[in-house]
Amino acid sequence: MISFTLNGAAVCCDASPAVRLSEVLRGPLGQTGTKSGCDAGDCGACTVLIDGEAACACLVPAAQAEGTCVTTVEGLKASAKGARLQQAFLARGAAQCGICTPGMLVAAVALLEREAKPTRALIKDALGGVLCRCTGYGKIIEAVEDAARGSIHAEAMPEPGHAVGARIARLDGEAKVAGTEAYGADSIPPDVLWVRAIRAAHHRAGFRFGDIEGFIATHPGIVRVLTAKDIPGRNIFGVIPPFADQPVFAENETRFRGEAIAAVVGERQAIDGLDLSTFPVTWEERSPVLTIAAALDPAAPQLQEKRPGNILVRGHVETGDVQAALASGAVTVEGSFETAFVEHAYIEPEAGWARRVGDRIEITASTQAPYMDRDDTAAIMGLAPEAIRIIPSACGGGFGSKLDLSLQPYVALAAWVTGRPAAMVYTRPESLQSTTKRHPAIMRSRMAATRDGKLLAMDFEGDFNTGAYSSWGPTVANRVPVHASGPYVVPNYRANTRAVLTHCVPSGAFRGFGVPQTVVAQEQMLDMLAERLGLDALDFRIRNALTDTTPTVTGQVMGDGVGIRDCFEALKPQWTQLRRAAEAFNATSERFKRGVGVAGMFYGCGNTSLPNPSTIRFGLKPDGRLSLHQGAVDIGQGSNTVIAQIAADALGLALSLIDLVSPDTDLTPDCGKTSASRQTFVTGTAAERAGRALRQQLLRLANAGEGATLSLDSGTLVVRDDTVIRSMNLADLPRDAFGYVQCAEATFDPPTSPLDANGQGVPYAVYGYGAHLAEVEVDTRLGRVHVLGIVAAHDVGRAINPILVEGQIEGGVAQGIGMALMEEFTPGRGENLHDYLIPTIGDVPPIQSILVERASSAGPFGAKGIGEQALIPTAPAILNAIHHATGARVMQIPATPERVLAAIKTRSP
Amino acid sequence: MYARPKTIAEATHAMAAEGALAVGGGTDVYPAHVGRPLSRPLVDLSRVEGLRGISEMAECIRFGASTTWTDIVRAELPPAFDGLKAAAREVGSIQIQNRGTIAGNLCNASPAADGVPPLLSLDASVELASPTGRRVLPLASFITGYRRTALAPGEIVTAVIVPRPSPAARSAFVKLGARRYLVISILMAAAVLEIDSQGRIARAAVAVGAASPVAQRLPELEAELRGLAGKPSAIVAPRHLSGLAPIDDVRATAAYRLEAALSAVGEALDLAAGVA
Repeated sequence: MISFTLNGAAVCCDASPAVRLSEVLRGPLGQTGTKSGCDAGDCGACTVLIDGEAACACLVPAAQAEGTCVTTVEGLKASAKGARLQQAFLARGAAQCGICTPGMLVAAVALLEREAKPTRALIKDALGGVLCRCTGYGKIIEAVEDAARGSIHAEAMPEPGHAVGARIARLDGEAKVAGTEAYGADSIPPDVLWVRAIRAAHHRAGFRFGDIEGFIATHPGIVRVLTAKDIPGRNIFGVIPPFADQPVFAENETRFRGEAIAAVVGERQAIDGLDLSTFPVTWEERSPVLTIAAALDPAAPQLQEKRPGNILVRGHVETGDVQAALASGAVTVEGSFETAFVEHAYIEPEAGWARRVGDRIEITASTQAPYMDRDDTAAIMGLAPEAIRIIPSACGGGFGSKLDLSLQPYVALAAWVTGRPAAMVYTRPESLQSTTKRHPAIMRSRMAATRDGKLLAMDFEGDFNTGAYSSWGPTVANRVPVHASGPYVVPNYRANTRAVLTHCVPSGAFRGFGVPQTVVAQEQMLDMLAERLGLDALDFRIRNALTDTTPTVTGQVMGDGVGIRDCFEALKPQWTQLRRAAEAFNATSERFKRGVGVAGMFYGCGNTSLPNPSTIRFGLKPDGRLSLHQGAVDIGQGSNTVIAQIAADALGLALSLIDLVSPDTDLTPDCGKTSASRQTFVTGTAAERAGRALRQQLLRLANAGEGATLSLDSGTLVVRDDTVIRSMNLADLPRDAFGYVQCAEATFDPPTSPLDANGQGVPYAVYGYGAHLAEVEVDTRLGRVHVLGIVAAHDVGRAINPILVEGQIEGGVAQGIGMALMEEFTPGRGENLHDYLIPTIGDVPPIQSILVERASSAGPFGAKGIGEQALIPTAPAILNAIHHATGARVMQIPATPERVLAAIKTRSP
Repeated sequence: MYARPKTIAEATHAMAAEGALAVGGGTDVYPAHVGRPLSRPLVDLSRVEGLRGISEMAECIRFGASTTWTDIVRAELPPAFDGLKAAAREVGSIQIQNRGTIAGNLCNASPAADGVPPLLSLDASVELASPTGRRVLPLASFITGYRRTALAPGEIVTAVIVPRPSPAARSAFVKLGARRYLVISILMAAAVLEIDSQGRIARAAVAVGAASPVAQRLPELEAELRGLAGKPSAIVAPRHLSGLAPIDDVRATAAYRLEAALSAVGEALDLAAGVA
């Protein structure tokens, strides 16, 4: 029996003394505000106070809590400092997905208790032990400063008609700062069975099961072992149905380290105590191919019968005459570039649970794609899609990887065959081993320009290591050739790509689908060309930037809303000033050299030439409130808020009247997946249409004209135009099947066209544009790079909620810094968050966001996507800055100190 | 089994159990058991009386085994311990520093243990207790290899003892990592210098971590530094690193580590000499 004081109240529980305090808090004590991200002290999400001092609850034996006072996020509201911090985090937008927020808040309280007016340096020291993957940390630091000063500015809810453009706090933010938001592991009922996967330890291996019945018999509490033969439907899944190739459980041979062959189902204690090495299986390790080069060797083992040469798919875009143009260019440059596997490293590992309800299955899990999960799980279970209900939990970060199925089939199958609810929470190593990564790329490029600085030609070849299964490999292979030109006019262009199968963890979607890799090549090549031409790198980009009337490399002319030039122009004052300052600094500094680099990008919003509709339902309730069936999963980016802002203004009623119906395949129509920077654009347009349609219905009801104003007051709808005021008691009106007195539903699917054999056509209805400027300091003795600042200009068409847009930009930049400088996953090595490094609060410099608003007629109120756009230009801007500082070109990222030093030593004089 | 001894005698008795594992702050034990059960008998040393705290004696300064890194950061200590304090601030995060103990850092015997280079440069010893008595080992003999120590079954560390340094001694610690916080060192260097009234180095102690299975002192360099005036980094040369044996791992290659060692040793010396 362990007794201590928890948030001011005496508690006593019957936990084993060696159990992690985090588990005791979350389990028997029911305080799930304390999050588990790694169980190794690497992420700080489980930070609690023990006698006033911050500690990772995952590292504290429950016994050590005996007699102490423990404070968790749930206890913060009781103190003035804690409550102020919670308000400040909410008002500043310091919580995005919110999974790190409890740890951040608790660590910040510990600081403010010791230091009432902390400096920025002290704030960073205090929060350095909590990782955030969403925010880039800037708004967190500002929130702590606000709380310390006691000056918290919470924007009031906007007046009707003024929701779009308002800097309001996220509508779903209260629960995130209170610690009551329920993520995948937070709503698991106490009586569930638990599931553990048995995974391959080798990159490639044959295997044979031993005596599974005997294993179950000798392990009390284990009720079932699931393997491929238990799957009632098909043992195959994949996000792109025609390419689906990944088994739920491998059969005969595993193709990557971490691939599941079986799942053990049992009572919690039995699963927790399971020594996985006792599982009856014999492995026969086989020789793998892990690199693109090895997989392309004609003698290489073939990953999949249907994919000769280990080539999953090819992509191609071509226009003009590349060979001739390259030959005729006044200057040509060429280069080879290489990027690494990058891990999404959301702080919430995959988690969820399922229960069987009659002949249906309900799955509550962390996901970015409820309807895709539903359809794929249904096929695996041999059920109709409608027999599966997906209830997305709050998502503690996704960034693309939670588009793919992870634990859904395991918990569904376990619940189905046992009849009891079943839950699964991935360990951090399991998440790192088995879920998708950013594709490593090997890219070769040649570019030519005319003497007067016009881009003439580009010839690009890119190979992408797609791992053992297709996942989003085809998307990367198809998206890259459309984007490898960057946002420039390139009259003669050829891009060929291949997605290559290897015995590595599958590569999938990760913020930018291959485009962040290509800009590493293209934006450095632009600098090389500018240097050869003797042109200013920014001017050179402006000179070649796309406009409303020039064609992209697929022949598309946008007509409006092409803001790339505006983005570059917005950077110009600081570009000039910072370049000069860096050069002045370098004149007197030997070891440390400063540099300033720039990079641009464009990025198509939505699926590439494929349908991706969203449907929004918007209903007026008899009590005078509005129900917005908002099926776009908010993974922290803010769709719960942005979509509601759009709907409110389209309807012309106050945002505060809207109640959100959260994503749930039984309750919300399909809004597609949260990916491809599509939710603000696609679901936003559906919301705009639904709002306008509902408005029309209400106006018709009142026989009023288009210019009338609506208002709702405790169950009464009031419609005013110039001459007439009509009031309607809503309770008197008939109700539809949903219980609404009026309801509108609208669908939007972006107008695109298929690409022809040369990749010509309209792949996207709208692109987002942006340019980053990076200022760095390089330690030329040790190759260390310190980013001093980032200025990020983004054309978002219309900033529906500027605070959320800034949040996307700052978070994207932070991920870009990680990709540029430190992030590299090697299958089989460093499957934890102390070997796989992401930026901490001390690694992200001040980020200045410049919002450019060149409205696109395609988007809601002119808006475009920003989710992925924000990350894309950061890495090449940093690489160009390193070159400006040192004269060294880093062609392989991450630009670790070692690689930077090697590049400095081999730079051409 | 989970033992919660209150005395050193109870603790050593519990540690005599087959496979017993000592838990101090838990900051190394739990990360080593992610996703697998803690099935060994655990001996929780956190409540053993007299093991936590720093005491200054005439001849030495004694760090109780359970003294946390935060205790060290907050303690008033002579300037010779500035390097140790700087290392304490680099141990993981504040959350880790609040729980992780000085003895735990040594017993875990990681080549990248932040505490080891500064303690080596301070000529620290380790006090051990077992059911049969106590002994004191120089730190360099206590850590015997990669994650290996001289701890015998039933033995625990009770204190880390540092001979009282000269009031003139100054110290520094330099850590290279791939990011700012929560980072395992690529390389560390610690230096303690005594400078006489003529501005010459009277005594030098230099240690490098994460470049060999166990952090190493650099005796040839220390000898050459004696009597030197001016910037000590000027004389640091690759030959001084011949005792190191770095490896390639996820953090860096061996070659880079040697390059980094050369630089970091010079930096630590200059910082300690006040000429950085």
